[in-house]
Amino acid sequence: MAERILMKGNEAIAEAAIRAGCLHYFGYPITPQTEIAAYMAKKMPKIGGVFLQAESEIASINMVYGAAAAGMRVMTSSSSPGISLKSEGLSYIAGSDVPALVVNVQRGGPGLGGIQPSQSDYFQATKGGGHGDYRMIVLAPASVQEMASLTIKGFDLADKYCVTTMLLADGTIGQMMEPITFEDAEPTVYEKPWALTGTECKRPHNIVNSLYLKPDELEKKNFERFEKYAEIEKNEAMWEEYMMDDAEICVVAFGIASRIAKNAVAEARKEGIKVGLIRPITLWPFPTEVLKAAADKVKSFISVELSMGQMIEDVKLATECKRPVSLCNRTGGMIPTPEEVLSAIHKAEKGEF
Amino acid sequence: MAIVFEKPKSLTDAPFHYCPGCPHGIIHRLVAEAMDELGIEGKAIGVAPVGCAVMAYDYFSCDMIEAPHGRAPAVATGIKRCRPDNIVFTYQGDGDLASIGMAETVHSAARNENITVIFVNNAIYGMTGGQMAPTSLPGQVTQTSPYGRDVNHCGWPIKVSEMLATLEGPEYITRVAVNNVKNVKNAKKAIKKAFQNQIEGKGFSFVEVVSACPTNWGMTPKQALEWVESDMLPYYPIGVYKDRSEKEDAAK
Amino acid sequence: MIKVTFDTDKCKGCGLCVDACPKNCLAIADDKLNPKGYSPAFMKYQEKCIGCAFCATMCPDCIITIEK
Repeated sequence: MAERILMKGNEAIAEAAIRAGCLHYFGYPITPQTEIAAYMAKKMPKIGGVFLQAESEIASINMVYGAAAAGMRVMTSSSSPGISLKSEGLSYIAGSDVPALVVNVQRGGPGLGGIQPSQSDYFQATKGGGHGDYRMIVLAPASVQEMASLTIKGFDLADKYCVTTMLLADGTIGQMMEPITFEDAEPTVYEKPWALTGTECKRPHNIVNSLYLKPDELEKKNFERFEKYAEIEKNEAMWEEYMMDDAEICVVAFGIASRIAKNAVAEARKEGIKVGLIRPITLWPFPTEVLKAAADKVKSFISVELSMGQMIEDVKLATECKRPVSLCNRTGGMIPTPEEVLSAIHKAEKGEF
Repeated sequence: MAIVFEKPKSLTDAPFHYCPGCPHGIIHRLVAEAMDELGIEGKAIGVAPVGCAVMAYDYFSCDMIEAPHGRAPAVATGIKRCRPDNIVFTYQGDGDLASIGMAETVHSAARNENITVIFVNNAIYGMTGGQMAPTSLPGQVTQTSPYGRDVNHCGWPIKVSEMLATLEGPEYITRVAVNNVKNVKNAKKAIKKAFQNQIEGKGFSFVEVVSACPTNWGMTPKQALEWVESDMLPYYPIGVYKDRSEKEDAAK
Repeated sequence: MIKVTFDTDKCKGCGLCVDACPKNCLAIADDKLNPKGYSPAFMKYQEKCIGCAFCATMCPDCIITIEK
């Protein structure tokens, strides 16, 4: 039986992770996501799991690295400045091809920034953060329900491809309370023959490692990894389309920005403006194909973001700059109102960019 | 005829890449001998550092992972907390453990994490070519202290064992050396005890091994071992700095 | 009867075994090179060997096997 509960976004992540079979959480306090750690601290000891507050974000991501290498479903969560610290570990995890789930409940930056919601870690999440040629699957929840369902999906994707999945949320959804439903499903179990379990003197030793001193070997490894990434790009892009059938203006927004944008689109439709919304659910892989196809139908795009304009670059790339793309944004913890988005739609309708 | 000395089974056949006379090979062997004697090779999971021993994963025949620089105790914590029945150890140098990884070292000790830490202190960064380490001696000439380590400029070398022994957390903190046969034999006993402690669930067991770096010290292997005796050991005295169980037993 | 075997190809000629031997049985073969390009250690005076394994204890490359 599916269960319907009223939950805070951050807690929904934690509960969903446990239901996905994640019994290992390592973290470090940072606003606005600390409820995740608090929830885990309360629950884990009662279900035979592990909650450990590390001495730093750096230590916590490396505990995740160890646990992931040991073959466990494992996660950590943090917010923007903390993710910067975890980036070294994310690169090692990618270079060692072990699966993990990392949650970023974004706040404003750069530097210590602020503690209000933001989407300004889009670049960091989708284009690196850490060093080297690597990718993470990046999921962008837009509701408390998705905080839960994308957490579960995130673990499956991580295990399936041996990559890190980042849940790129923001402070608004993290703090928001909404009713959500948990499906009664057993977690999927993936074989992990590479895991560090001890050889029992019955098999050659497993080595989890990202060091390849011979450049031809490192190149080969990177090529192999990018074949895997190509598979992910082919199979795993997720998005939502809203009123796009006859749309002449396409608003693109993810996470909390998409909810505001959706309201604005609905308002504009009442005024008879043919506008629709494409909401990327996966930020990497970016839903390039759907945007590319939209570019052949609509006159212009509006990227609505809680940043100085980061996703807009991917919108331009996906649409191959066939149509103008304007930016409707607030930053630093400020959130655009539906009226601001509506006014951007009005401008686009008049052909002003 | 019976074999009285051979390469331990917990080492693979891969030849060590270390420089001629580098005691890393001796210390690897001691760790492997301890694993053989305790019968834990099949349960062991080792964590290699960044530094000269970065490729330790090729040398130990147990499961291995290579950690980011200084993070081995955190990686080991992650493994041990998930697999408490496995035997988890780190093998780290002085730059890794006492400089960039000091926080991970101190906090895993404070948590009395049930792991074994082998800390090889040779007072220099070897892999990068001989720079000043947190344990380089006052006056020691290195690539980045070409006029000798000036303690007024860059501070004093850190006595890690003494420092960790001040913590309530850890079970066993000891310093040994591998500069002569007697010290090597004692080092072996300490390493074995550090694993035995983990098997018995006693907690964080730390063996600082005072070692040498003939190449970057600019000495022959023989001179380097003599320098350990004459210069290193007076600053880093051999001894047991903390042994909680022994203290408790003695109190009974 | 004591038999000391060197895995000569893996020897790096560091000489720590030579220094460790209390009976001065060992030497470096200065006139030879192994495939790694090092002059390896060898047993020069087998008759003096007492099988103490000091050489193997100090060998950083685990190339010495001792049988009795």
